[in-house]
Amino acid sequence: MTTTATKQRAPTFFDRVVAETPGDCRLGMCIQCGTCGGSCPSGADMDHTPRALFALINAGMRDAVLRSNTPWYCVSCYYCTVRCPQEVHITDIMYTLKRIAVQEKVFDDSKAPDFSKTFIYWVESYGRAFELGLMGVHMLRHNPFGAFKIAGMGKGMLSKHRMAFKPTRIKQLNSLKAILAKAKELEASA
Amino acid sequence: MKYTYFPGCSLERNAAAYHISTLAVTQALGMELVEVEDWNCCGATEYVSLNLTASYALIARNLAQAAKNTETRELVAPCSACYLNLRKCDHYMAQSPALAEKVNQALAAGGLAYQGGTLRVRHLLDVIVSDIGCDAVAAKVTRPLKGLRIVPYYGCMIVRPGYAGQTAFDNVEQPTTLDTLLTALGAEVVPFSLKAACCGGHMTQISEATGFELIRRLVKAATDGGADLIAALCPMCQLNLDAFQGPMNKHCKTNYHMPVLYFTQLLGLALGMDAKPLGIGSELVDARPALAKIGVAVPLAEPAAAPKKPKRDDKSLPMPRMSGV
Repeated sequence: MTTTATKQRAPTFFDRVVAETPGDCRLGMCIQCGTCGGSCPSGADMDHTPRALFALINAGMRDAVLRSNTPWYCVSCYYCTVRCPQEVHITDIMYTLKRIAVQEKVFDDSKAPDFSKTFIYWVESYGRAFELGLMGVHMLRHNPFGAFKIAGMGKGMLSKHRMAFKPTRIKQLNSLKAILAKAKELEASA
Repeated sequence: MKYTYFPGCSLERNAAAYHISTLAVTQALGMELVEVEDWNCCGATEYVSLNLTASYALIARNLAQAAKNTETRELVAPCSACYLNLRKCDHYMAQSPALAEKVNQALAAGGLAYQGGTLRVRHLLDVIVSDIGCDAVAAKVTRPLKGLRIVPYYGCMIVRPGYAGQTAFDNVEQPTTLDTLLTALGAEVVPFSLKAACCGGHMTQISEATGFELIRRLVKAATDGGADLIAALCPMCQLNLDAFQGPMNKHCKTNYHMPVLYFTQLLGLALGMDAKPLGIGSELVDARPALAKIGVAVPLAEPAAAPKKPKRDDKSLPMPRMSGV
């Protein structure tokens, strides 16, 4: 009887996180040891350590998880992933949580999601990343006075020819656009 | 040996020095690099934060393009973020049939296909130390980096994550391959416990306090260790440690001066090449004082333009001239 009940229950938030992470992310194997938070270079700035976030996922506290700044402070260094005694793919799960938060438009601070979106705007439009466009748009939107702080650096980058004024366009841009459009269609229908 | 080469967006501009020094040293070491035809951005750490299928399709287009070069199965990337993305996409496409099918459906819209496991994705450092070998490199050294104290800085994405079933070419926490290579070049390698710690990635743009602190601790540790310079192998690390060192100093009220060069630039110098063709001089933290130790003079990248002198009009009336004007 218990087995039947388990099979028929509605998918939980935990199930969704697992389903949307590539490969076997082993989220259910977390033993709450805290090695992840202790290894994290930006852990001090997170409102929950990864361990605490996984407990919240287990408890089904969807909104608290998606509003957390933790995934957005993840620097993708993979220390937690290689140190986890249970081999939970922690960094990959952080990416999944970012995606769900963006899809559901649930995040407290739009700075980091906007940075990703601006970065990708240039990639989708030209096929290559464009640093000046990324920095320009991002700083105008989120940190207009920050431009003064890094003015010296910008000048150095330009005088050393390390910053392009316009993006590079790949030759088969239409083919890339068709690929990405199809991918987005598949993602939405999943 | 032949390799397919994926330079990545950074190497087009901000890390052009890494690109030209890579081409120079690989040629000198007898490697043949063929660039991936019409490659696109790998998405860095940004696309996968927004859309899973699209981010893998973006990476997989590069793998499909690279697989067109049937002369070799080896795909080499000098950028650690590109390396990680290409490797991870190849890994998960082999591991997860559902994901691979979706990605291939997307690729088909552009007339492409890729099967996970077709290529062997490798970092440039791995190729140089494993395929060429440090002994073979040492035999070609004509200008040993003697007396130069160098921090071997690996950063994160070259050594991690290393999922089950993936073979890592070095240790995930305390790698040694760059140490061995730098020693073979005659340099003095500075012991550096933060060698695989994070440079902060894009954090300078998300949270300045977080990003600058991660840069500060690396630059401080290198300075405390008595290093002359840091050897980097990733354009993101170089950008953070070099270009953001000034803003970091301002933010943290410090005054560090720690030059950061790509390992390929140091390798080129040791092989006897001149500084300029290796892109040396494009770093924002001046490396000249450090390189003077091994007798390398770096011409100034931009000679200051001579101030314009107003030309005297010969037809004008002779006027008395004041001295010093």
